[in-house]
Amino acid sequence: MDINYLIISFVLLPFLAFLLTLFVPEKEESWIARFASAGVALNFVSLVAFITFWGLSLNFLPLNIKEITLYESEHYAFVIDFYMDFASIVYLLIGTFLTFLIVRYSNYYMHLEVGYKRFFAVIQFFYFSYNFTTLAGNFETLFAGWEMLGISSFLLVAFYRERYLPVRNAVKVFSIYRIGDVGIILAMWASHHFWHENITFFKLTDTAFVTEHISQHSGEALFIAVCILVAAAAKSAQFPFSSWVARAMEGPTPSSAIFYGSLSIHFGVYLLIRTMPFWEQQMAARVLIGLVGFITAIVGYQTARVQPTIKTQIAYASVAQIGIMFIEIALGYEKFALMHLVGNAFLRTYQLLVSPSVVSYLIREQFYHFKEREDHQNFFLGKRFHYALYLLALREFHLDFLMTTYIFRPFKHIGSKLNFITYKNVFAYFVPTYVLGWVLWFYKDDLASKVWDFIPIVFGLIALLLIMRAFAERHYPVHAWILIILGHLWIALAVIYNEKFSFKELTWYLSGVLLSGFGGWLCLVYLRRRESPNFNMYRYQGHSKEYPYLAWVFLACNLGLMGFPITTTFIGEDLIFGHVHQNQLILAFWLASSFVIGGIALIRIYARLFLGIHSKTNQEAPLQSF
Amino acid sequence: MQHQDITPEFSEDVTLKKLHHFLPNQNPLKDFIYQNSLQAFQDLPFHKGLERASSLFGYKTYMHLEEYRELYDKGYIKPEILRRAIKQVINPPDLDRWEMNLLHQKYIAVFQPRLGQLHQLWAQRYHHNVAKQVHGFLFRLLSSFIDQGVALRKFPLTDHNFLDAIRELERHAGWFGIFKSKRAKAFLQDKNCQIVDLLNILVGKETYFEQYLFDVAFAHPGWSGMVAVLERNPNQLFDKRQISLRDMLMLELLMEINALDKKFGEGKWQPLSSVIRNGEVKPFFSPTGHQHLFDAYAVWQEAYEWAYYDQVMCGLVLESPQENKPSPSRDYDFQGIFCIDERECSLRRYVEEYCNAQTFGAAGFFNVAFYFQPKDGKFLAKSCPPPVTPQHIVSETYAPEHRHKRDAHFSKESKNLISGWAISQVIGWISAFRLAKNIFKPSETPALMSSFKHMDKQSHIQYENIEQEPRQDGLRLGFTVPEMADRIETLLRCIGLTRNFAPIVYVIGHGASNVNNPHYTAYGCGACSGQTGSVNARVAAAMANKPEVRSILAQRGILIPDSTQFVGALHDTTRDEIDFYDEKELNEKHLTAHQTHKKDFKKALARNAKERSRRFLLVDSTRPAKAIHEEVKLRSVSLFEPRSEWDHASNAMCIVGRRESIKHLFLDRRSFLHSYDYSQDPKGTYLLAILRAVVPVCGGINLQYYFSANDQYRFGAGTKLPHNIIGLVGVANGIDGDLRTGLPQQALDIHDPVRLLLVVEHLPEVVSEFLLQDMPIRDLFAREWIHFIVLDPRSRRVYRYGADYEWHEYLPLAQELPQTDDFEKLLETSADNFPVYWINPKKNP
Repeated sequence: MDINYLIISFVLLPFLAFLLTLFVPEKEESWIARFASAGVALNFVSLVAFITFWGLSLNFLPLNIKEITLYESEHYAFVIDFYMDFASIVYLLIGTFLTFLIVRYSNYYMHLEVGYKRFFAVIQFFYFSYNFTTLAGNFETLFAGWEMLGISSFLLVAFYRERYLPVRNAVKVFSIYRIGDVGIILAMWASHHFWHENITFFKLTDTAFVTEHISQHSGEALFIAVCILVAAAAKSAQFPFSSWVARAMEGPTPSSAIFYGSLSIHFGVYLLIRTMPFWEQQMAARVLIGLVGFITAIVGYQTARVQPTIKTQIAYASVAQIGIMFIEIALGYEKFALMHLVGNAFLRTYQLLVSPSVVSYLIREQFYHFKEREDHQNFFLGKRFHYALYLLALREFHLDFLMTTYIFRPFKHIGSKLNFITYKNVFAYFVPTYVLGWVLWFYKDDLASKVWDFIPIVFGLIALLLIMRAFAERHYPVHAWILIILGHLWIALAVIYNEKFSFKELTWYLSGVLLSGFGGWLCLVYLRRRESPNFNMYRYQGHSKEYPYLAWVFLACNLGLMGFPITTTFIGEDLIFGHVHQNQLILAFWLASSFVIGGIALIRIYARLFLGIHSKTNQEAPLQSF
Repeated sequence: MQHQDITPEFSEDVTLKKLHHFLPNQNPLKDFIYQNSLQAFQDLPFHKGLERASSLFGYKTYMHLEEYRELYDKGYIKPEILRRAIKQVINPPDLDRWEMNLLHQKYIAVFQPRLGQLHQLWAQRYHHNVAKQVHGFLFRLLSSFIDQGVALRKFPLTDHNFLDAIRELERHAGWFGIFKSKRAKAFLQDKNCQIVDLLNILVGKETYFEQYLFDVAFAHPGWSGMVAVLERNPNQLFDKRQISLRDMLMLELLMEINALDKKFGEGKWQPLSSVIRNGEVKPFFSPTGHQHLFDAYAVWQEAYEWAYYDQVMCGLVLESPQENKPSPSRDYDFQGIFCIDERECSLRRYVEEYCNAQTFGAAGFFNVAFYFQPKDGKFLAKSCPPPVTPQHIVSETYAPEHRHKRDAHFSKESKNLISGWAISQVIGWISAFRLAKNIFKPSETPALMSSFKHMDKQSHIQYENIEQEPRQDGLRLGFTVPEMADRIETLLRCIGLTRNFAPIVYVIGHGASNVNNPHYTAYGCGACSGQTGSVNARVAAAMANKPEVRSILAQRGILIPDSTQFVGALHDTTRDEIDFYDEKELNEKHLTAHQTHKKDFKKALARNAKERSRRFLLVDSTRPAKAIHEEVKLRSVSLFEPRSEWDHASNAMCIVGRRESIKHLFLDRRSFLHSYDYSQDPKGTYLLAILRAVVPVCGGINLQYYFSANDQYRFGAGTKLPHNIIGLVGVANGIDGDLRTGLPQQALDIHDPVRLLLVVEHLPEVVSEFLLQDMPIRDLFAREWIHFIVLDPRSRRVYRYGADYEWHEYLPLAQELPQTDDFEKLLETSADNFPVYWINPKKNP
């Protein structure tokens, strides 16, 4: 038997189980649970079989499997590639083990809960994405998995979608994940130019090859390393992204445990281990990674100490440990970090699961061992320092505030300055200019090359501005939706000015955009006709209560438009980046920003219209403060 | 409290008092006390109170109309019951039209609660969500200050009162302080600053002040309620704090000013009153009118309740215990005094079936009220019904070492930096093992709250008074002999056990065992303030065994033969296990008998577990009792089980009377049962004492369930699955949410929200007479927060206590009850509530 099939099965099997679950009727709790645990258990068995085989016949040598080529042209290929080495096997093992336990656990724990099926479907989707990401053999594959992890996380944080806080926090978490995604996109883009090929992680283990490249382009190499670090830090809630992890604790406790206690949160560490051969030779990168870890360890520790709620405390304690893992990795002890990771994952999962017990346990402790408190505070550095530090730590060092104020608000601000672009005139402004853009392209050979260089940047900026406008839109969801589609069209136009971009590639990119754009537009228009008084984004409307299926269809379109790996746009996006030149850093920045902001704008449309407190129920509605 | 008053002039004290009155009155988690969630509306008749509460605060107080209609369509609510309810509630001339309306009309209802009208204008007119800016941080400050031991580093100034602590913190923290607004900072430091000063800035117009404070406080009823409770009773916390509603509101208003200043610039915004349009905001307490929908609700609710009660009434009428003949003086092997708790209802049935025994029900503190002080305990645990204030302490003088194991997973070290580093590498692997083990083979962990550990079997307890002088706090250590005799006499007279003593009398308290349950105290004995009833049972038994006590009792006419011995015991309602105390005190003959009884108890408990298991959907209840019992036991130690047991979820009624009067009725664990023999208490003196304990305890449990089940968002705590523990005092969703009060969804799944049907067996005229001695209880009955019924033991007729404070005979519509031959089979057929069955108790199979 070819060992490759076995490796594919680690991804296919969970996916199959996920699909099967979708077809089980909502009421059939036991079947839903059975599919879930059978899927994971089967995977566990084949994993063990694989390890035995791998160890006996191949002596645990790293394996690279070029699985599927999704797109190929003479100068570009999009390959789904899997890679298996010691780190991935460890990661697969703990993931499968913990998912299995959590699935069994939730079978009882979630009994009779509204959304039982949704929960299991998302957990299975998560597990599939987890394996997919873990096995990823190149950046493209990793990115696909990375995005799927993000969306499953969003869906679990917003599990209690009829309340305000879970939905708000889910959007927050998603936004920060999105920043991490950009790290990967840019790393992908830069490494494309850096290696002149779609580099696989397997190839990175070829030290001589890597050293040679890095010595030639040390600047670019550092850029890539920083992008990877951003992605890793965002996913692992490292400084300055730490605040999302506590906010993510809105779902049922087992899902919090598996996501933010153990598996999802450690993916940053995994990414660093995976790309280690690349950055370990760069001193600057190692110092940066260590520094991020160090700051996080301090910030996380201080924050954890003062939190009066159990889940926040565990979350920050875990984040601080991950900070230490970053340091360990930066120092080159990646095996050690891996062990630390496994221990931390188990510990925090268990701590979160038993967190409701903390009341009876600690009250009992207090009952028998209470000591009148002496205020033996160490005023070595003065009251001022202590009180300030206390308040700072209590407020999580304002990280949440800083994120919104300095990263997202500027975009919103610019967007709202663009409010002259309205529903009515958007076509008047942009359709003629767009056509003009295309006309120009046909005569591009006549243009001076100076102008030529300039045009993509301008068009890219227009795309970004349109998307920022969509991001700031509150009143007309349809408007925001169309602006984002237009944004995509401008991106296409911007890139086509770069040579060698074929119509075939354009079709790959735009077919997904137009298809999901049209589908989503239909959903929105339908909803507007039915619910016009409650069709805006000033508040959460919670329409999924009455339109559960429409909500799913719209989410799918939303993801399609976002470039999620369900349509060709996902590959198209990669193609587009592939055509951005190495010297077009500005254009790359525009595109990346459009990508972040567009994604957040889209998920907001979904969240505001379909999630949150139902605007039509005026009785029996949860308070906003829940 | 007046509901209609409109105060034009604002008075801080008056408004704070009103807030205290209306805010949820829920204790910190360690002392969960059941009570009516709408206690503030108890001065109105039930249906009126519910409508008023709903129009003021937006509560949902009934089930959905569709749910009632569905029950009608299913045949649960019968047409004649519905018609009777219409007549009783509305008494309209055109009954048929009313019936049609109830069944089919689409009621147009306007829900515009008074609450929130003012505060929402910030978002509407200023486009600024002030609450969103303020709540998260306010909750965090409150929880840090109150925190009882979650945080590793405590709030620095807990010896101050809350506002002073904040003041001090802010003064020193400088740039990192709470406020950015200069005037907010200045107001905070100004000790003369009053709530009015802040309201002047925020609201502007005095007429709106009170209403604004209601909007502010009720935007997070959980925290406001907690602060109010701690203000009234700081002793609720082991680690005491000084905090008041006024402190909290001051801070919150300052934070609001700060948020608005930050957004619009200091002093650059107008108070809220400037944007209020004429007549837009209705005064909070002005009359709310009456909506037809609420008539429909009232009728449906009555019909829904009487659909079940009617069967009970029918059963009571059909029962015919032999009158005038003294109860057959059978020679019982033993007698058992159980708690009134409805969870004991089925166990008593099985004990009577398996053993030659007589059972009684009494409030589970067995009429000995005290504070229990466990060995090495630093505090006292109240062991009597919540309204009673004990004068005595019972202390544990010896307890085996290490009864509570420690667990590194809860340790502070695991959350530190360096020790956490080491712990995660070592303990982490143990966690994985522990987790796997608990999922596949659940067993006891240090996190378990076991009822048997409340007081160890080997423990020694000091219940006799040895010091003459009371302690500093006015409490006495132990009871004197006359005090003991008084208590035992009342206990025995209340339940009517004054003669025919069996050789052994078991006094059986109860408790629950569970893990991963922040609401664990809600599962204990309601008559012991949520504690386990073991100490009370043991103390009561010991007192009754004392020769000095017996001789006093003999003088008062209660002759306990020397051959009779009392034994204290504890029944764990989750695990269905029983354990006995001081067994070595039994004489040889009794000890042998006792060993046999233990075996019988075991059988009865297994059957009881099987009967309970039909309600646990994931358990196959057709299997043999023994196997099911093992499975049921595991629920108490399984981390993943949010429903270790159903607690009081099936409660619906309370019967105070002789066992013979309900002998043939299968009440499906839905009734609190208190034994009482009217013939021994012709004036009803003891009955009144019983009601004084039963009404607050059972009534509180019942109404808390009623409201939690009807509005999971405002009264109930919602699903417990995402709950996060806040400072050991409460639960919230996620990290930024308000505290959730009431019962979680997982306690309510099988609950039918019906009011308590309280039946007492006595002569109506006697009951009317003694009710005059307790007006609050009498009013509660007349206002129908509890349905009060008298069963006349002579005529076997039943009477309802009406709003006119008179008795009205109730004629059951049902003429007979369904019967079953194979009772055990019947139990396996359904997981839902059963109707009342007529059963023939088996004797000693």
